[in-house]
Amino acid sequence: MTDRLNLPGVEWRRVSPKYVWVDVISTVVLALVLLAASCLPAFLSHVALWWILPVVVFVIMVLVIAFVPRRVRAIGFQLRDDDLLFRRGLLFQRFVSVPYGRMQLIDITRGPVSRAVGLSDLHFVTAAASSSVAIPGLPLLDAEELRDKLVALAETRRAGL
Amino acid sequence: MTNQQFEGDPIEDLLPSGAVLATRLADGEWHRLHPATPLLRGGIVFIVLAGYAISSARQQLIDLFFGAPHAHDDGDPLIFITAHGRLPIVLLIIAAVLILIVVIFYLSWRVHTFRITDEVVEVRSGLLRRSLRKGRLDRIQGINIVRPFFARLFGAARLEIDVAGHDANVRLDYLSSAKADGLRLDILRLASGTRQREAAEASPDGRSFASQRVADFIAPELDPNFAPPESVVKVHVGRLVGSILLHDTTFALLVMIALAAVASVATNTVEVVIYFLVPLVLALGGFLFRRFTKSLRYSIASTPDGVRVGFGLLTLSNETLPPGRIHSVQVRQPILWRLPGWWEIRINRASKSNAKGADAQRNTTILPVGNLDDVLRVLGLLLPGTSEDSAQVLRRGIVGSGAEGGFTNSPGRAAVIRLFSFRRNGFAAIPGVILLRKGAIWRELTLVPEARAQSIGISQGPLYRALRLARVHVHTVNGPVRAELGALDKDAALGFFETASLQVVSAVATDSTHRWRAEGSTA
Repeated sequence: MTDRLNLPGVEWRRVSPKYVWVDVISTVVLALVLLAASCLPAFLSHVALWWILPVVVFVIMVLVIAFVPRRVRAIGFQLRDDDLLFRRGLLFQRFVSVPYGRMQLIDITRGPVSRAVGLSDLHFVTAAASSSVAIPGLPLLDAEELRDKLVALAETRRAGL
Repeated sequence: MTNQQFEGDPIEDLLPSGAVLATRLADGEWHRLHPATPLLRGGIVFIVLAGYAISSARQQLIDLFFGAPHAHDDGDPLIFITAHGRLPIVLLIIAAVLILIVVIFYLSWRVHTFRITDEVVEVRSGLLRRSLRKGRLDRIQGINIVRPFFARLFGAARLEIDVAGHDANVRLDYLSSAKADGLRLDILRLASGTRQREAAEASPDGRSFASQRVADFIAPELDPNFAPPESVVKVHVGRLVGSILLHDTTFALLVMIALAAVASVATNTVEVVIYFLVPLVLALGGFLFRRFTKSLRYSIASTPDGVRVGFGLLTLSNETLPPGRIHSVQVRQPILWRLPGWWEIRINRASKSNAKGADAQRNTTILPVGNLDDVLRVLGLLLPGTSEDSAQVLRRGIVGSGAEGGFTNSPGRAAVIRLFSFRRNGFAAIPGVILLRKGAIWRELTLVPEARAQSIGISQGPLYRALRLARVHVHTVNGPVRAELGALDKDAALGFFETASLQVVSAVATDSTHRWRAEGSTA
């Protein structure tokens, strides 16, 4: 495990464990849709071999769902002095550092499942679409507090594009 | 006069005589556009329609005057009208419609006004649906002057002020050609944060420039007084033709044609091949043709208010990009351009001009073709403040490989996924700029000014993990240039991530290019 990306000396803030349920439910929904779609060739062609496809999809989706808790634990962020550090991903790891002055806007969104468990997602939007810093699974109060803090930080370090 | 007053007061109080600004258009009052505007914006279509109607009615007119025995009523409305003797009524209706259109054009010209203050440029228009467009001067990404062929006949030009955002430009169409040049100078001067004193010193220059427009059609595309000649890079027609013949697209086109020829001989059919080939030739040929016409009489030069790019044969266009508006730069070489040693330079910008007449290429290809010296000179224009040492690093970045010049390359184990280029694949930094070098066959070098990077990223997938590698990303505004580099040693990539994010933070804090001539800025 030493080959994994890691930043020494960073104390990551993690997202709420309740987010596991949100992620599991949305993944299950996705899995059902994919399963239904993968059954189509078998139904249409009456060739028994096509039933392998939904089986494969089923196995993959079960694995994906089994790893959801670890994937959620892998999401982390930290407010450093001058930039926001964000990480996510288990198999495909990704770290992003965004200077506060680059903030264009902050979005807080709440899906139906998130709302049921009192969570919300925070998007930190810069002029670059590829920055894509989206911190999911924050309790609403935390998200609003974080938003206000980020806006205040961005205000003190306001920069051009 | 203090800065405070300058910021607060309307500009005409500060510039009462009009001696400072090249035109009186940027005085904060509302102004109207060129009187020929309605004609140029939509009237030409109308004239063409009228011409078409007259030409198609010619037969009927002849019949009418020379007494045709009987009109054959086969559903043509013109024949129907003449046959039933309703010509006078129809003519009357047409005249009424014409007058109405002229009145509407006149009124829409009356209400289409613009003003330029020291903070914003505003355009309001529309008779029934009023619209107001506003652009902040410190967010200007570029000012473009386009002179379409028809507009040139009237001595008119279109001024496009690009502000950051997708299709967020403010258009002043049309202005008189001379005023457009002067106005651009004024807007750039206001946007640059120049104090009044400096502006006054610069004014004789501006005035002479405004009166320069003599013999529009024979004048050189770039006014020689405007930019020092040694800073001008031009593209010669011969090289342009050569570059297109050797372009990857041409190569692909020839391969396709050859394949199609083989296929048609082998299968003894022609139709299928033609159906396949014709759209392809049209599409790729069209791309190459546009590339050619958009690069004719191409010049790029340095001016005090930024980089000026001009081109065009019949429709002239030239654009000024103020300093600090270039978000990333890529030098690259299509494979066949290796023979003559040519390169092209593309950039990412925060704005895209209106799609009309502006292909993606015009906005993003800043040097269509040039040799290594041209490339280094253009890079010097795009990234001002590069020293001799940096120029050496840039040269190594374009053609070199290995660690020389401070490059951190991929480790040997990366040869599994970068068979030819692992020695070239690497990153380096010169003051204020991040360099990403890659590709041994299709060579390219991506440069990102630290003050423009939006964020820094690093990523790793399962294959990279097995090889202890990682990929680094420098996120910039959207465009054709993607600044990322794969197959780097994991620890080197983490080091890059740490130092680059610190560098970006400090570069962002000290950046002052949005007011590039204001006091305290280095320019």
